[in-house]
Amino acid sequence: MRRTKRGTARMKRLLVLGLLLWLCALFYVGIFLFVGGFLLVRLEVNRTSTCEDVLSPSAGSQADFCRTQPRFRRAVVLIIDALKVDFARYDHSNLSPRPYENKLPVLQELVSLDRSHAGLFTFQADPPTTTMQRIKGFTTGSLPTFIDVGNNFASSAILEDNLIHQLGQAGKRVVFMGDDTWENLFPKKFHRSLPFPSFNVKDLHTVDNGILQHIYSTMKGEDWDVLIAHFLGVDHCGHRYGPDHPAMADKLTQMNGVIRSVVEHLQNDTLLVVMGDHGMTDTGDHGGESAKETEAALFLYSHAPLFPAPASQAEPPVVPQTDLVPTLALLLGIPIPYSSVGQVLLPLFPPPGHPQGGRSGPDQSEALWVNVKQVNRFLQTYSSMANDIPPDRLSELRAAFAYVSSAYLASVQQGAPASPELLRSMQAYLTSVRDTCRASWARFHPLKMAAGMVLLAGACLLCYLLSELSSAVLTEGALRAPLVAGVCVGVCVAVAQLASQGHLDAPWCLAAAAGSSEVLFLWRHRRRATHSSKSRPSAPSQLVGAALLVLALRCASLLSDSYVIAEGRVVTFLLCSLGLYVPLRLNWDGHLLPPPSPDSQKPPGALPAIPLPAWAVRREGVALCLSLAVLAGSLCLSLALHACREEQGASCQPSAFLAPLARMQDERLRNLHYLLSLAALAAWTHLLYRWLRHYGNLNAPGAPAVFAARWLLPAAAVLTGLHWAVSATPEDSFRSLAELIRLAQSVLPRAAYAALGLGVALLWLDPLTVFVKHRAPASASTHHLPPPPRYRASTGISPQAELHHLIPQLYQRIRHSLEDGPASAAEAAGGSSGQDGRPAVEAYGLGTVYSAPLVLLVGLLGTGVLLLHPESLAPAFLLMLLEAAALLHIHATCTTLSGQQGDHATGFRVPWAPVVLWSLAACQFFHATGHLPTFASLQWGAAFVGFPDGHTGTLLPATLVTLNTFSSHILFALACPLLLFWPLVTEVRCNKSGRSGGEESEDVVMEMRLRENPQQFSSALLQLAARYLFVCGAQVFASVCAAAVLRRHLMVWQVFAPKLMFEASGFLVGSVFLLLGVALVLRVDVAVSGWFKRLLPDASR
Amino acid sequence: MWDTEIRGMASAHAIIASSVFMATILPAILLEKFSVYGMHLVWLYSVAGSVAVVNIAVFWLLGISPPTKRHTLSYKISRLVRSCLYFLLSCLFFHTVVVLYGAPLLESALETFSLAVLLSSMTTLRCLCMLGPNVQAWIRVFSRDGAMSVWDTSLQITTGCSVLGAWLGAFPIPLDWDRPWQVWPISCTLGTTVGFLTGLLLAPVWIHCHRKQLIYKSK
Ligand SMILES: [Zn+2]
Ligand SMILES: [Zn+2]
Repeated sequence: MRRTKRGTARMKRLLVLGLLLWLCALFYVGIFLFVGGFLLVRLEVNRTSTCEDVLSPSAGSQADFCRTQPRFRRAVVLIIDALKVDFARYDHSNLSPRPYENKLPVLQELVSLDRSHAGLFTFQADPPTTTMQRIKGFTTGSLPTFIDVGNNFASSAILEDNLIHQLGQAGKRVVFMGDDTWENLFPKKFHRSLPFPSFNVKDLHTVDNGILQHIYSTMKGEDWDVLIAHFLGVDHCGHRYGPDHPAMADKLTQMNGVIRSVVEHLQNDTLLVVMGDHGMTDTGDHGGESAKETEAALFLYSHAPLFPAPASQAEPPVVPQTDLVPTLALLLGIPIPYSSVGQVLLPLFPPPGHPQGGRSGPDQSEALWVNVKQVNRFLQTYSSMANDIPPDRLSELRAAFAYVSSAYLASVQQGAPASPELLRSMQAYLTSVRDTCRASWARFHPLKMAAGMVLLAGACLLCYLLSELSSAVLTEGALRAPLVAGVCVGVCVAVAQLASQGHLDAPWCLAAAAGSSEVLFLWRHRRRATHSSKSRPSAPSQLVGAALLVLALRCASLLSDSYVIAEGRVVTFLLCSLGLYVPLRLNWDGHLLPPPSPDSQKPPGALPAIPLPAWAVRREGVALCLSLAVLAGSLCLSLALHACREEQGASCQPSAFLAPLARMQDERLRNLHYLLSLAALAAWTHLLYRWLRHYGNLNAPGAPAVFAARWLLPAAAVLTGLHWAVSATPEDSFRSLAELIRLAQSVLPRAAYAALGLGVALLWLDPLTVFVKHRAPASASTHHLPPPPRYRASTGISPQAELHHLIPQLYQRIRHSLEDGPASAAEAAGGSSGQDGRPAVEAYGLGTVYSAPLVLLVGLLGTGVLLLHPESLAPAFLLMLLEAAALLHIHATCTTLSGQQGDHATGFRVPWAPVVLWSLAACQFFHATGHLPTFASLQWGAAFVGFPDGHTGTLLPATLVTLNTFSSHILFALACPLLLFWPLVTEVRCNKSGRSGGEESEDVVMEMRLRENPQQFSSALLQLAARYLFVCGAQVFASVCAAAVLRRHLMVWQVFAPKLMFEASGFLVGSVFLLLGVALVLRVDVAVSGWFKRLLPDASR
Repeated sequence: MWDTEIRGMASAHAIIASSVFMATILPAILLEKFSVYGMHLVWLYSVAGSVAVVNIAVFWLLGISPPTKRHTLSYKISRLVRSCLYFLLSCLFFHTVVVLYGAPLLESALETFSLAVLLSSMTTLRCLCMLGPNVQAWIRVFSRDGAMSVWDTSLQITTGCSVLGAWLGAFPIPLDWDRPWQVWPISCTLGTTVGFLTGLLLAPVWIHCHRKQLIYKSK
């Protein structure tokens, strides 16, 4: 009977791994779909136009407009942030205007004075309507997205060709004043610049007053050609009060005065541009794509006639924002920036064939031709680099260009002015190019976003369900049907798409596949879910409510920009709350004090397990307090390691531990930091080593894993320390050794990488750290009680450890069970040393056979990622180790104290609280290792550790930076299965002293308990992983919701979108390493099975 | 018997609650330019002091102090000294915990300590009044079946509410609303006080509602 049980109750390794993979895949598809709809991606073309590019094809016949006198020598560009077109209109009939209406009468006055001098347009901005993206838009003429691939994340400087660059190339002196965003976008590009801080939205006047102090004196002077002034008051007023507020009236009236006096200061050769970068909603916000946000105002004015044919009613009522770039370029006589997709504002140019009237500059057909050529050149370059423009669209555009160019060249050769039809077809070409680009770059896909959110929510639900039903799902093997259904539906959708549209839309196929498999799974398990929730009213641990409340708070905090900015502290706060709640709750349940009397009322039918003796309760209580103290200490110290976000302002001081040592000026301080780091590194290695030795995992002489632990881990640590010493030397000292230092800088880290890689490989090949010692046959009297082992490990293991962490009993038990069975088993087992004298075998480290490889892998990987961090951050990693240990101990003592240890009914389930704590700790150490969810804070230095001369490919540096950025996610995810093992590992402590009776020895089997209950082991492992995925996935879902709901929030591109990216990538990396950790555990299980088979050849029968 | 006990508790709680209001109103009358935000520490100490005095007075008058075995003067003095020491230790404990939650370590240490004093006077002081300087008894009271009288239950409720109020009070601090009450530690002290008042109100009501279920073991 026993035998059959063992036969059926095997670990369902593949099923566990398959289910987890499937869950992760669902999350990935959801993230992919949402991000595809939300984060629009565009490639940057880093080429610049030159005067030679715009030469007319029929050289000679037409003058190069670059070299001739431009139409305007100078320009004044007044950008009034968030100047909505409604603000600029003037309505005489409106007798009771709202605060934002009729406050800019000067524009209407100038227009009605002379229509050929002034024009007011609706300025159509492209989403995202945030100031930075808009500045990029109307200087490059392109349609910037959130991610312009190719720009360097470290700084926000614009690398694409733009007006400011072209003006500088043409020798024009650009003077800038106002919003300091410009200074970040165009560093060192201005002749003179007066930036003012733009961050404080509540400050309506600093920027504006700063500009007003200087603008008139600058205009009177002669040392400028283009003057850009960016006023922020209107925008900030909108954010603070909304448009419908008296403060807005004051601000607009002030702007009216500004425009009026600037016009008075204008000269005849100067063009005035007044524009808003975007509009605002009724609440004063912007960022999205609604008409209120996109409709800004554009006003053009000059003392010289600006519109050559004022009578023409073809005045465009709406001007797309991109169109300003080619227009300004041609009016000022510079080449159109390379990536511009705008088209010139035709009414500003004289019609072809018209007398020029002493005016210089191109006429309409020439301007359009220059524009068409530039746009076509850009389109060709872009389509050769990227393939996000549909090919059929591209070929249509090529055909249109071929037609336009042949027609234009023909008309030039005939000498006749271009016909209106030709002008119209040129305009049509430009418009269709812009529309094509806009369709692929500048539009959210609400449907995709919604689908992604639904999928993510479904995946979270699935995780929750799976964690509750893990054992049932495992016995049924309920994976195949959803997988098959998913694949079928995905293929069907793909085929349908191919049939109807002719091309494949991969995101939707994946979405359909993931969605259908989710739905099928939920459908099949819906009944059981309701049933099981009734049958099991409360989880064994009462911490469920508090843990999920903390998780809910954490998710809610992701919806507020203030909390995301203060994320490091918020997470610490929540972690501290839940951590302190654990002992309070234990005390509330009466587990912290020894039971007053043995006959205290117990519900009948409860577990027959003996209550813990008083000394054990007291001892565990002390252990709990100590662990809490360690947790508290590491929480407190980790707060000192945080970096600062830009948004936090001057009140935040970045930690002194974040700078690389080489940058530190003070030599004594540097040495101190180095010593501290070295001590932390030594402690990190020593603690890991000690733990392994303590549990007898270092005894096997030939085992590869032991080799890794004894030699490779310390070797990597030593190499790391040496590398720090080399890289910390200032560059100017030791000139004579420069060559050697350079060599060492690349050799030392690479050697460390190699050692660690070898260690990981060895660990994977043979993860067993068990050492078996055969003893001489024992006397017959020790049939049930094996004698204390006399063997002493050569590593100097303490006799105490030897006593308590060797599991000699285990083997005896297995033998007993075999002897109870058929006689042949006993015969075969005893084969090695005869029938009666059984071989007594001691197995060192069998009690930690699962956790030891995991701990070792975490140690190896942790040393590796530590190498990628600035040297001074080694203490952060030590804190991480201590905190993880403290959390594990808290979890273990809780399990022991609440009496669930010997309780087989609960299996080995890990309650929610430790899982939530674990995930929060991962996030906390993301911050405590100097990272922030912003692109500017990525530690690029990691890419050059071991590669001081840079890389040729991009894969390796990207991997290194990813490992650096998500180091804490990686380590915590990898170590997650330890939560399952730790209560078993520490189990021995409370049963050991004084009692080594026969019954007690039954209990001291540590992780072998798992081996004895493979079914519960696999279901607990699946449950733990599903819970961890749920906790992480819920956070991803929350930040996805934040990005979707708040997509027109002021901070969406500064705070929420980067947070989403980091959260999603953190989930991706973390889930991969979680799977790795689980896979390692399963690998160990395979190895243990093999080991047992080798030990007892007949057990396999 | 139940009703008289609950009524007595309600009136005692009303007295303590009114002392909090008096501690807010009196400085406003006596001091010029007094405001809860502007002179926050003055308000804080006035509240803490009045709560302490009234608590001690009430419990002394009602006689709900722990039974003393000996009545010698030296024993009483040693109890008093130990109580003071415990109060101080609890202030330090709360200070440490608040720092752990992320309060600034060095700057505004006085404010943090004041919050700790307020928390202690609303929680520890009541423990001292009811249970005496006996940590074992304190630990015992805060477990599910540890309460041995209605007063113990009320102690559970008020302490829980005060701590919960302080915890909730920390929530608005990071928000960028720039309100005067977001300054450290005003929101937390306000939260503590509000939580304490809620607890005072809630305890008699809750006990009244659950009087059927409440079974107290004899001491
Ligand atoms: Zn703006
Ligand atoms: Zn704005």
